[in-house]
Amino acid sequence: MRKRKMSVWRSAAAICALLLTAAGCGSGNDDDKGGHAPDKLGKGEGKVNIIAWAGYAEDGSNDPKVDWVHPFEKKTGCQVNTKTAGTSDEMVSLMKTGQYDTVSASGDATLRLIASGDAAPVNTKLVPNYKDIFPALKQQPFNSKDGRMYGIPHGRGANLLMYRTDKVTSAPDSWRAVFDDAARYDGHVTAYDSPIYIADAALYLMSAKPSLGIKNPYALDQKQLDAAVALLKKQHQAVGEYWSDYQKEITAFKGGDSVIGTTWQVIANLTKAEKAPVKAVLPKEGATGWSDTWMVSAKAEHPNCAYKWLDWIVSPKVNAQVAEYFGEAPSNRKACAETAAPDHCAIFHAADEKYFQRVHFWTTPIKQCLDGRKDTDCTDYAQWTRAWTEVKG
Amino acid sequence: MPAAPTPGSRLRLTALLAPPLLWLTLAYLGSLAILLLSAFWTTDSFTSDVVHTWNTDNFHELLTTPVYRTIALRTLSIAVAVTVVDALLALPMAFFMARVAGRRWRRPLLVAVLTPLWAGYLVKAYAWRVMLGENGVVGAALAPFGLHGPGYGTTAVVIVLAYLWLPYMILPVYAALERLPERMLEASADLGAGAWRTLRSVVLPVVRPAVLAGSVFTFSLSLGDYLTVQIVGGKTQLLGNVIASQVTLDLPMAAALSAVPVVLIVCYLAAVRRAGALDSL
Repeated sequence: MRKRKMSVWRSAAAICALLLTAAGCGSGNDDDKGGHAPDKLGKGEGKVNIIAWAGYAEDGSNDPKVDWVHPFEKKTGCQVNTKTAGTSDEMVSLMKTGQYDTVSASGDATLRLIASGDAAPVNTKLVPNYKDIFPALKQQPFNSKDGRMYGIPHGRGANLLMYRTDKVTSAPDSWRAVFDDAARYDGHVTAYDSPIYIADAALYLMSAKPSLGIKNPYALDQKQLDAAVALLKKQHQAVGEYWSDYQKEITAFKGGDSVIGTTWQVIANLTKAEKAPVKAVLPKEGATGWSDTWMVSAKAEHPNCAYKWLDWIVSPKVNAQVAEYFGEAPSNRKACAETAAPDHCAIFHAADEKYFQRVHFWTTPIKQCLDGRKDTDCTDYAQWTRAWTEVKG
Repeated sequence: MPAAPTPGSRLRLTALLAPPLLWLTLAYLGSLAILLLSAFWTTDSFTSDVVHTWNTDNFHELLTTPVYRTIALRTLSIAVAVTVVDALLALPMAFFMARVAGRRWRRPLLVAVLTPLWAGYLVKAYAWRVMLGENGVVGAALAPFGLHGPGYGTTAVVIVLAYLWLPYMILPVYAALERLPERMLEASADLGAGAWRTLRSVVLPVVRPAVLAGSVFTFSLSLGDYLTVQIVGGKTQLLGNVIASQVTLDLPMAAALSAVPVVLIVCYLAAVRRAGALDSL
């Protein structure tokens, strides 16, 4: 009996020792934040590790005709390893591992990566195709800091309002349809399943309740966040399901489980291709949207191949291919001449800055108000995450 | 009486048992301990970097925020409902397989019960998504009776989880019923008991530990599930979803949330152990 007791104590001691080691290892802090942009490029390292949204690094395995990875490998000798991420949060945590060289980050991930020092500044001179990027995408608050670019713009798009034309008879032109009027489609409303969707409610409140004084849907003080949460809770009663996997939204609209809700252009196109009677519009209030940036990791083991990838992915032809496959506006103005569908850039408003002025690109809410207010604290993304859990109940 | 072990055999036994025990301690208990330890850390709200400062904020938030209580209760009730549905389905099915069907049929029936386990989890869940949808077969089958399908929601989650975990309940119950000696049923009949009395006084006491053993599987698997609810749960969120959404963003909070199902399962195992079910596992 005594002996058994001893061995229990011994294994407890072993566990404690292990934990102390783990805690010790974890607290090592890196002081060198962000690293430095290279002045010139060397020879390719033969390999590059990429984190991408689905559809951004296609190697023909999904559709043999859709392949811009193999030509890149052939041209540069850099073997591509792709890790597909489903959300911005996943991208941020993957970048923290330091095992990846480059990432296609949206605006709600870029700033976090810059602040944590996981992304390095990019020397745009080493990316020849950078000169053809639409000027409106350069030096934006979500991809630069202190006048230095932290990546190469990839493409952009708006979150649209999609509805089934057979179930929603009066064509909606306002987000009111999914907020104040949501009860009309009880149980068939859908919404994007991420804390960042709170900005959609805030955007609607900008015009529906001007007394709240919201100037930027990503800069909400506590009172404004509470108002957005109250609106989302009301919407929740009419929601059938939330989506973050785009295949799920396609089947929901096709089957009629969802009849109205937020969407991406690519989803609208694919749903139409499935013969579902849907239409997607940009409501009069404008919309939230995304603008993606290829960033280089501060700990990149293959920086030369990463830069070659950056230049490749925004080169006119490839940028056109990606933009068409994913359904977004390309970032390279020369890409518009390369698309298979001649009117692609027109459909996605690639050069239409008026259109994109009505699009509030995803960005990470922080304590310091993004709209310039100094007299109050804004709510940060952690608070948004908690609020989102509460909305869903 | 066994002979006292010689020093040599003791050494061999130690060498034989050391690797699995080391694995159990380090990989299994160690990872669990690190998980719980990280629940006492916090994250930088902007960069999501873990800050190694010891505090109990996460548990405080967990216990004081009403929404977490609601979600924990919902998860618990779904796990209980799945377990009850599985027990009610498994008892007659296992009884038929073990006692009614001829010997020739037993093996094919057993295989039939097991086949769903061979298909991928996601395939099955997505199949149910199609069936339970607005124009799915479930709705079509109920329409002639003027009824509607359950649609996506908690009912759908219970149905699909009960379907997914049913084999784990049938197998122990079937094994228990198969071991039930025929003469006990005959003796019960000879003593004048009807079918109900036999079921209540002879069969149920014998299969009770098996049902409880099966319920350990159905209960704990349901408690941890987060994929089925994403596919057929509509807007329902369970503990697993909250953990999954926090894990990339706020690892310490996710760790604190993970403690909830761990505590629930430990309590359940303790309750089941008192009922003597773990003896037959």
